[in-house]
Amino acid sequence: MVRWCDVITLPFLLLQQLVVSPTGPYRTVAAAVQAAPAGATVVVRAGRYREPTVTIDRAVSLSGDSGAVMDGEGSHAIIIVRGDGVTIQGLEFVNTGTSYREDRAAVRIADAGQCRVEHNRFTNTFFAIYLARATNCDIADNTIVGARGREAVTGNGIHLWSSRDIRVSRNVIRGHRDGIYLEFSRHADVRDNVSELNGRYGMHFMYTDSSLYTGNTFRDNGGGVAVMYSKVVTMTKNLFSSNHGPTSYGLLLKEIQDARLSGNTFRRNTVGLLCDGADRMIALDNQFEDNGWAVRMLASTVDGRVEGNTFSRNSFDVAVNGVGTSTVFAGNWWDSYHGWDLNRDGIGDVPYHPVRLFALLVEHAQPALLLQRSLFVRLLDAAERALPVLTPSGVVDARPLMRRPAGGAR
Amino acid sequence: MTSIAVRLLVPAAREAVRGRWLAGLALALALAGELLIRFGGGGATTVVSLLDIALVVTPLAALVVGTMQVHNAREMTELFLAQPIGRGKLFTGLFLGTALPLAAALTIGLLAPFAWHGLFATPIAGTLIALGGVTCALALIGSALAFVIALNADDRVRALGIALAAWLVGAVLWDGVILLVTMLIGGRGVDTALLIALALNPIDLSRVLLLLGTDAAALFGYTGAVVQHTLGTAAGRAVLIAALALWLALPLWLAARTFKKKDF
Repeated sequence: MVRWCDVITLPFLLLQQLVVSPTGPYRTVAAAVQAAPAGATVVVRAGRYREPTVTIDRAVSLSGDSGAVMDGEGSHAIIIVRGDGVTIQGLEFVNTGTSYREDRAAVRIADAGQCRVEHNRFTNTFFAIYLARATNCDIADNTIVGARGREAVTGNGIHLWSSRDIRVSRNVIRGHRDGIYLEFSRHADVRDNVSELNGRYGMHFMYTDSSLYTGNTFRDNGGGVAVMYSKVVTMTKNLFSSNHGPTSYGLLLKEIQDARLSGNTFRRNTVGLLCDGADRMIALDNQFEDNGWAVRMLASTVDGRVEGNTFSRNSFDVAVNGVGTSTVFAGNWWDSYHGWDLNRDGIGDVPYHPVRLFALLVEHAQPALLLQRSLFVRLLDAAERALPVLTPSGVVDARPLMRRPAGGAR
Repeated sequence: MTSIAVRLLVPAAREAVRGRWLAGLALALALAGELLIRFGGGGATTVVSLLDIALVVTPLAALVVGTMQVHNAREMTELFLAQPIGRGKLFTGLFLGTALPLAAALTIGLLAPFAWHGLFATPIAGTLIALGGVTCALALIGSALAFVIALNADDRVRALGIALAAWLVGAVLWDGVILLVTMLIGGRGVDTALLIALALNPIDLSRVLLLLGTDAAALFGYTGAVVQHTLGTAAGRAVLIAALALWLALPLWLAARTFKKKDF
């Protein structure tokens, strides 16, 4: 998008290039930034720059050559942006050190708009990119590798606080506390990122309404992805994978209104989708494969719709902690469905009850899980098929699909 | 002195193999494995499915075949008892002659399809070896129990009935009772009680031991974590294996005692 101010400043941009390198003309980034007028580009040549925190308060573009490293020397934040229209690209940020008193970040954008942070590398930073009251910024193509290890000593990879219209795209984040964290923000667009091996969550949404995340991969994170206390969040085509552990899940929806999930894949999670107080959730065309529990719904979840999803090789397809649920299951494909279809319309003539008797027993006393795969439990399953009266009837898919829906899987 | 036991082992084993039961069992298991690999691929899921079969078939086969063999070998036993041979050595020879071919047949039948499909060179090799080990252990334990049963029940049909009942208890009823009790008491501490209850049944013990080796346990949430935490360690595994060993030693001791005092 070309803005009118860009057209006016373009000639200056070409002229105004300030070069930082270990041999001059500017030897520190701070000196060049201080001298640069709005619209200028500061080019940072290869080298390791150890200097106090640099503050950028006007529309300067900071562009690193390959090998340009800014070092926080284990003791301080590296760049603070306090003006609109700042671009930071091609730089490597290392070693901010750990702080328990401040949210120390390699790049902090505070009270600023139209910023771009692109193609940078963050290694061993406490927080990598921190946005506070930022608007209309792009965070794209960054590689962020935290001091992998204990949750207590890493901050978040990309942290949004009270920000609006932020696009977070194609970043790779690993080894932080939360890969991506959003709080009190609006209209965030999180797209095609990979967030893995983070101590707590791959992504953590808090009080962030009207947002979209799509095409992201979240895997091997301590807890999976948590979306909490938010309204109208749309989640499409994400992969939630390999989140194992006693309190782990692919995706947690907690106190969420009008969430919409479609085309996502949940694979090899202890719990694929955990709903705790999700109102009017709509889940369409998602794949649930090889999970312990594919979908677990607590009684606080009301008026949802689960349709066109594929359930295969899960230990338990659905578990509920109450008698039933007001969520409607319809037109899903279940690998353990054994019904028939006499009129050949592709929809099974016998309703499917995705909550097995054993699942209900396990819900009552979880240690009973140790009997999973035992002959007795298999006989229990067989008995349920022979005598449907045994199956808990609270949850039912009245028109299960006979054939597995094509596509959608990642 | 061991040589006498070994020399006694041979005729007992010959008696066991002659029944063609073992060859049939091994073939049936190999066929099941072959089918599973062909239709289910050679992945971890296949091994877990075969594990289910092994846990059901092995104790059943060991109990039934073992009980029958003791009765079949009765004439031979009486013949040997007339010789100047210690009863302890005779018992050792008889037991090993019955249990070893059985364990070998089951283990080979179970693992042969994986071997000829070259699956021992894949990441599931560890699980396969564990599966083989557990099958062996269950076959030996089943045989020992069969000896206890057959030596105490002289009537062949009665002995077979008791053996089947024992299998039914171990494979099905025990778990049913555990499940029922778990539901009734519920609450905290039940997982420890459950683990102890599982340890009292060699089939459950084997199942837990094998599932610990696969990543299935990781999908079991809190309970899986508890199990992995308490038993997934080397020490925990050692405890499980020790419990299995105890399950072999105790019936063997009982059977040997009966054998030594028995008036044939």
